[in-house]
Amino acid sequence: MNDARGEMDLSGDRGFQDVRESVYHVVLLACAVVSVLTTIGIVYSLAAPSVAFFAEVSAAEFFTATEFNVNIQPITFGVLPLAFGTIIVTVGAAAVALPLGLLTAIYLSEYADSRTRAVLKPMLEVLAGIPTVVYGYFALVYVTPFLDGVLPVELNTFNVLSASLVMGVMIVPMVSSISEDSMSAVPDTLRQGAYGLGATKFKVSTRVVVPAAVSGIASSYILAISRAVGETMIVVVAAGNLPNFPSGPGDVLPKFFEQTQTMTAAMVEVLTSEIGGGTVAYRSVFAIGLTLFGMTFALNLVSDFVAERYREEYD
Amino acid sequence: MAKENTEVDAERETRTERTRAGDPTDTAPDQLISTDPGREGVAEQDDEPSGATETVIEAHGLDVYYGETRALDDVTIEIPSNRVTAMIGPSGCGKSTFLRCINRMNDLIDVARVEGDLLFDGVDVYADDVDPVALRRHVGMVFQHPNPFPKSIYDNVAYGLRVQGDTDDLDGRVEQALRRAALWEEVSDRLDDSALDLSGGQQQRLCIARAIAVDPAVILMDEPASALDPIATSKIEDLIDELAESYTVVIVTHNMQQAARISDRTAVFLTGGELVEVGPTREIFEDPEEDRVEDYITGKFG
Repeated sequence: MNDARGEMDLSGDRGFQDVRESVYHVVLLACAVVSVLTTIGIVYSLAAPSVAFFAEVSAAEFFTATEFNVNIQPITFGVLPLAFGTIIVTVGAAAVALPLGLLTAIYLSEYADSRTRAVLKPMLEVLAGIPTVVYGYFALVYVTPFLDGVLPVELNTFNVLSASLVMGVMIVPMVSSISEDSMSAVPDTLRQGAYGLGATKFKVSTRVVVPAAVSGIASSYILAISRAVGETMIVVVAAGNLPNFPSGPGDVLPKFFEQTQTMTAAMVEVLTSEIGGGTVAYRSVFAIGLTLFGMTFALNLVSDFVAERYREEYD
Repeated sequence: MAKENTEVDAERETRTERTRAGDPTDTAPDQLISTDPGREGVAEQDDEPSGATETVIEAHGLDVYYGETRALDDVTIEIPSNRVTAMIGPSGCGKSTFLRCINRMNDLIDVARVEGDLLFDGVDVYADDVDPVALRRHVGMVFQHPNPFPKSIYDNVAYGLRVQGDTDDLDGRVEQALRRAALWEEVSDRLDDSALDLSGGQQQRLCIARAIAVDPAVILMDEPASALDPIATSKIEDLIDELAESYTVVIVTHNMQQAARISDRTAVFLTGGELVEVGPTREIFEDPEEDRVEDYITGKFG
C-alpha cells in the first residue's frame, strides 16, 4: 500500500462533470415541478369560480339545503343530496370491493402457487383496464334486470345498487393488487415462526400476515374508496340523474333501490346542459368540484396517517 | 437474580410433576428433576451407554432432496430426550435441513422431498395420518433471525396458545414462559409494547418464550445466536442450558465452541448431507473416531 502513496490519480475532470450533474438535477426537478404546478393550477381553477359562486349563494344554503335544482323554480344549490348519492354509491362499492379484494389478495399471496398467481394476477388487473362506461352499461343492461328478477323489492331502472355493485367489482383489483404486494413483502420468517407454533395456513394468513401488512391494506382501501368517490361514468349511465335525499335515517336503505345523482354526475349534467357559462348554476359545478376535492384530499390524509401509524420496519 | 432462579426452579418442578402425572408419552421422569443443575453430571451419565435417556427422535436412512439436489444422505441418528444435541458442520452440509425435517417445515418448500424414516416419540412423522400442524404443537422452533410478530410482547407469547385454542390462565402462562426465557424481569412492566421495540437479544429470548409457552416436548433451534452480539449470545446459551432440564433441545450451530459449551451430544454433518459421526460432545471434540471429523474440528477442513 505504502508504495503507491501519492501515485494514484484521485482528481477528476470536475468542470464537465459538475455541469452534467447540474443538468440532470434541473431536468429531474422540472419533472417533479410539473405535477405540483398542475395540482396548484387545478385547485386555483376550482377555487376562483367557487369564490364567485359563494358570493351569490350562501355557504349555509350550499352545505345544508337538501335539494339540488338548477333548472326548475325554486332553484336551490344544496350539495347534500349529491354528497349523499356519492357516499351511498361508495359505501355499496366498498362493501363489495374491500372484503372481496382482501380475500383475493390473501389467496394470491398465501394460497395460490406461483403458476396460478402468474395467470390470475394479470387477468384481475385487466378489470381495471375496462373503460368505465362499459361497466356502466353492464350494470344497466345486465345487472339491473338480473337483480330485479331475484330481489323481492321493486328496482328502478336506474338504481344505486347495481351501479355500486359493479363499481365494487371494478375497484377489486386496486385493493387486491396493492394488498397482495404488501402481504408478499411480509418476511417469510414471520410465516415460519407462526407455522412453527402449530398455526394452520389460514391462521398464519389472517393472524400474522394480514396484521403485518395492515398499513398497505389500509392504503389500498383508501385508494379504492377515493376512486369510487370520483367515479363518474358508471353512475351517470346506471344510477340515474335525479338528486335523492332520504327523509330520515330509516329512509337510507331504500335509496339503494332508487335512482340518485352523485356529485360527479351532477357536474356532468350541468356542464352538458344548455346552462351558459358565467351563470350561478355553471359556477356551482366548481363549488361541487372543490367539495369533492376536499373529500378525496381528506381521504388521502387519512391514508397517509394510517400508513405512517401502522408501518412496521423489518430487518 | 438468585430469587428469580428459585422461582424458575419451582415452576420447573411444578411442570415436571404435571408432565409425570398427565402425559404418558414423556417416559423419562427420573431425568427430569436434576438435584444438581450443573451440566457436568448429565454429561457423565451420557457418556455411559446405558445411562442415556429415552430416545425421542430417531432417523433411519433419511434422505432429503431439493429437486435434483440431495441435501441429506442416508442419515441415521437417535436423539435422546432432555439433552442438548448439537448439529455442526460446514455451510450447506444439511444440518438445518435435518432440523426442518423434524417438524416438517420442509413441507413449506415445494421442491423438497423426504425419504426414509423419521420417528418422533415412536411415530413416523411423515406417515399419511400425521398432521404437520399437530406435530408442530409438540415440536417448537426458534429461528436464526429473531422473528417476533409485529404485535405486543404479550400477544407474541400468547400466539401459540391462542392458535391452539388453549387460553386458560393465559396471563399466568405468558408470565411463566417469559420467566423461563429469562425475559420477565426486563419486560414485565411493558407487556403491551411492540415486540419490535426490543433489542435483538431480547427478541430472540421472546421467540424462545413464544416457543415454550405451548409446552412442546422438543425445541429446535436453527443457529439461534448467530445474529446476536456476544453478550446476548451468552444469555441465550445459559438459557439453552436451563431449557434442557425440561425439554429436548436440538440446536444447529456453525460455531463449534458453542456446540462444545452447551451440548451433551454432537452430530457432525459434512458436505453432501452426510452425517459422519454422532456421539457425546466430549468424545467428538476430544477423540473423534472419524479422521474427517477431526480434520473439521481442528480446522483443517470446512
